[in-house]
Amino acid sequence: MNEKKIYPWYFMTGAVLLFLMLFLIPSMMGIFYSFTDWNRYDDNVNFVGLKNFQKVFSGNSNYLLFIKNTLAFTVISTFVKTVLALALAILFTEKIKLANLHRAIAFAPQVMSMLVVGLVFKAMLHPSTGFLNIFLRAIGLEALTRDWLGSIDTAFGTIICVDVWKGVGYGMVIFIAGLQAIPKEYYEAAEIDGAGFWAKVGNVMIPFLLPTITVNIVLSISYGLRVFDIVYVLTNGGPGYATDVMNTVVFSEFSSGNYAMGSTVASLLALLTLAVSIAITRTANRKEVY
Amino acid sequence: MRKKRFFKRLFQNLVAWLLSIVIIVPFLIVLVNSFKSQGEAYLMDFTLPEKFLIENYQTVIERGHLLKGFVNSFSYAFFSTILVIIAAFLAAFVAARAKRRSVQIIYYFLIAGIALPVNNITLMRVMSFLGLLNTRIGIIILYAAMAVPISFFISHGFVTGIPRELDEAAVIDGCGPWGLFSRVICPLMKPVAATLFVLNFMGTWNDFTMAIYYLNGSDKMPVTLAVYNFFGQYTQSWNLVCADIILTVLPVLVVYVLGQKYIVSGMTSGAVKG
Repeated sequence: MNEKKIYPWYFMTGAVLLFLMLFLIPSMMGIFYSFTDWNRYDDNVNFVGLKNFQKVFSGNSNYLLFIKNTLAFTVISTFVKTVLALALAILFTEKIKLANLHRAIAFAPQVMSMLVVGLVFKAMLHPSTGFLNIFLRAIGLEALTRDWLGSIDTAFGTIICVDVWKGVGYGMVIFIAGLQAIPKEYYEAAEIDGAGFWAKVGNVMIPFLLPTITVNIVLSISYGLRVFDIVYVLTNGGPGYATDVMNTVVFSEFSSGNYAMGSTVASLLALLTLAVSIAITRTANRKEVY
Repeated sequence: MRKKRFFKRLFQNLVAWLLSIVIIVPFLIVLVNSFKSQGEAYLMDFTLPEKFLIENYQTVIERGHLLKGFVNSFSYAFFSTILVIIAAFLAAFVAARAKRRSVQIIYYFLIAGIALPVNNITLMRVMSFLGLLNTRIGIIILYAAMAVPISFFISHGFVTGIPRELDEAAVIDGCGPWGLFSRVICPLMKPVAATLFVLNFMGTWNDFTMAIYYLNGSDKMPVTLAVYNFFGQYTQSWNLVCADIILTVLPVLVVYVLGQKYIVSGMTSGAVKG
């Protein structure tokens, strides 16, 4: 059988062209433009060397804060989502009534647009007219009311909470699939040995779920680094720059016409993602060897 | 012992309901407020409106460009999904079968796009160079391109599972590459086609980023952007914004309730196979 004839290269042209033209070439160009002063107001693009990068990494710039926010968002939301998703998955695979209904409800936010979810929560979290504060006042917890999205202390945490609210169902569904694949005999054996709930979780569930946990963490990290919609809708980076992440900064640089600076941040984000993916793949592969 | 187990079950059920309520409450509030008058909806709470104003919905449909938004979103999602499925299937078929080095290099090249973010600023430059900026066809091609890596990856995994003997038999029977692909491989790919359809359709339907970067003018707006702009115009009228949100969420929820199993398996298959 002639391989080249049966599996011709030109079958791949569609996918390769799409990817090359609208994904890879822009990314490469982005790295090139990071070294220029490209902007909306001047047709001449001049080479400026490392100036843009110096601007990002010079001690007193806001850009370091944006990078820090992106990393903090990624780490915290990944941790909370993974732990909570596992807890939900365990709860909903127990013999509780209407487990399927609960699962369906927990997953439902996942099918909705982040934009809509953001608007709903913007209304819910409004300091004077939002449901959350009204509710807190009604049950006598006036002291807990906050300007959730408007104050520097709470805005970032609130965004993470909304993100967890939306995203936890996805992880849960993946964990449920993982849990159902664990043979029942292992639990029974552990029970005979006198293992309680936590011993079963630690000695049976977690070891079996390691690959699933890795999948969840990888998905959550790659989402977290790229996060845009939810921050844009809820706070648009505010108050001040307190909740700006790299992708919202790219958009604001884009809107204000600082194309070169936006490209610099976008390229740094791509490099960061690349570094993190390589690190994760390495660790995951190492685990498999043992 | 029996009593202890009873309380454990009770506790588990209570926690489950509590969690479900936390998820449902925001939407109930939006639903209730969508029927209120502007004054009543000033406070976003559970109090029922004095009179259920169904006309809020009518107002929203008329003023919010909602129908146009639906048609736009539907056409973007539908055509880009079809485009990416065709491109991904063709590429995955060759990549999963051919052992040539060049093909394997292309495999890794395409896979690399799964996690990488695209540079939206230079992408704008490429789009305008190609004459695709702010056009319907442009945004469809763009959505397809963004979905290539993951769709290719999922289809590749599936083709690997189809026995090679089928190809050999087909070739002996006189099939060329097109015949093999369209008459032997494609019919077997139906489950993946469904998965990719669900995955990409919902992804595009819910997307907002590409629209704010590359589309302007209300006639091309997808529904997400229409809602966002509506919110910008009517910040004081939460009753209308709520009605708008309900109308936008409703189709997705109906699809979700009807095709729940499909959607869940679709959205997790990419993850589990990865």
